[in-house]
Amino acid sequence: MKRVFGLMRRAMQPDAQADRVVPSSGFTAQLTLFAAGAMAFLAVFALALSLAAGRLAEQWGDELARTATIRIAAPDDQQQAQTDAALRILQTTRGVAQARALSDAEQSALLAPWFGADLELDRLPVPRLIEVIETAEGVDAAGLRLRLAAEVPGAVLDDHSRWRDPLVKAASRLRTLGWVSIILIAAVTAAMVTLAANAALAANAQVISVLRLVGATDDYIARAFIRRFTLRALIGAAAGMVLGMIAVLLMPRGGDETASFLTGLGFQGIHWLVPLLIPPLAAAVAFFATRAAARRTLEGLS
Amino acid sequence: MIELENVAYSYGDGELLSDISLKLAPGSFHFLTGPSGAGKTTLMKLCYGALLPTAGQLRLFDRDVRAMTRDDVAMLRRRMGVVHQDCQFLDHLPLSENIALPLHVSGRSSEAAGEDLGDLMHWVGLTERADALPPELSGGERQRAALARAVIMSPDVVLADEPTGNVDWEMSQRLLRLLIELNRMGKTVVVATHDLGLIRATKAHVQARVLRIANRRIQLAGADL
Repeated sequence: MKRVFGLMRRAMQPDAQADRVVPSSGFTAQLTLFAAGAMAFLAVFALALSLAAGRLAEQWGDELARTATIRIAAPDDQQQAQTDAALRILQTTRGVAQARALSDAEQSALLAPWFGADLELDRLPVPRLIEVIETAEGVDAAGLRLRLAAEVPGAVLDDHSRWRDPLVKAASRLRTLGWVSIILIAAVTAAMVTLAANAALAANAQVISVLRLVGATDDYIARAFIRRFTLRALIGAAAGMVLGMIAVLLMPRGGDETASFLTGLGFQGIHWLVPLLIPPLAAAVAFFATRAAARRTLEGLS
Repeated sequence: MIELENVAYSYGDGELLSDISLKLAPGSFHFLTGPSGAGKTTLMKLCYGALLPTAGQLRLFDRDVRAMTRDDVAMLRRRMGVVHQDCQFLDHLPLSENIALPLHVSGRSSEAAGEDLGDLMHWVGLTERADALPPELSGGERQRAALARAVIMSPDVVLADEPTGNVDWEMSQRLLRLLIELNRMGKTVVVATHDLGLIRATKAHVQARVLRIANRRIQLAGADL
């Protein structure tokens, strides 16, 4: 790594004369600036997506892992007794921080989206729900199920793992896809810069020939191109990053829980600093892409 | 300094030079002559390492050219001044920067470059044209500028390929005087030309060896015209 930084520092040392030996080419300059800017803009979004998905995965994992629900489905005359029995068991169960039966109003609110707001629970065989909040160490779900089966025959424990796991997996996958996108963006940037560098090198074959005639080494010639393309990529990526961050900043916030993923797409806290890495990384990608293209071309021109 | 031993050069199926043996001693003056297409430019390119021989041995400054990397050749070029047939400049840079290019390429400081450059521009009579771009120069000015660029590093050898090809008689005499002056300063000078008048005029001032290339070989070595 130290060697790589040394290589980059040496190649990027300002040399006004060396910068002037290669005429500026409008087409390749614009292509590099535009490609770096567009890719940096996309990278900001991929980064925002990845970081938001990561936050969501952690949030879902943490929140849902600490809650469970017990459903008491018993005949009407036994439901209250079984609910009380379940609550007594929960009071003596290790890992349970809090347990309470939901009120009729709360259960009605939960069913309202399907049955309407005027639902009369007395007229339906609706099971009673007990909300369980766990401590950090959590509940031994298997042990609790055995105790409930023995003492509360109508109780069914739902520790949420059935639907929590796919959600967490989906969020994790989304985070991975975000990072894969960033890698692809870096690869496309490298390809575009290589294309522009190859075009510039081909257009400047005469310049290279003159430089060789007067004793320029491959390193000197390559540096003149590398510096130019690296700086263009840096400037383009910085502009793209700024625009991308403004766009993320302007995204609407808030909203209810169902929209929280979309409205939460962005950066939080120290994550706002992460996009600042995009321009130097784009410059590094351009540096190595141009260096490889220059070496290949100079080899071919010998 | 530059030594060719049974050197041949082929391009595709055709052999352009064959069995060339030649030794360029320090401080000598050589003319390479022969009809167009005889291989003068090819031989010059071999002499400054732009081409590699396909057979035989070529030694530049006591080093086998085949054993050199491109960067080794680049370093050797700093000891050689080359005046290319079509001059070859960077058209986007002013004349003064073109002439100073070898100094910048070899990492010489701007101060040193400025001093040498001023003297040299004066020597070739181009002080007034320092800011002109190469496409704005006349043929003679380009040739003089190419010569100035070739000698700015104070090379041991000056290789000039048809340096008077595109200039009138008066200008060719002026360029000739510059080449003779360089030779008197101890530089080895090799001039490829088919201008026999130029060769005769030179021989009136310095001891010059004439090498004639015909049928892919050096046929006359050391002969007087």
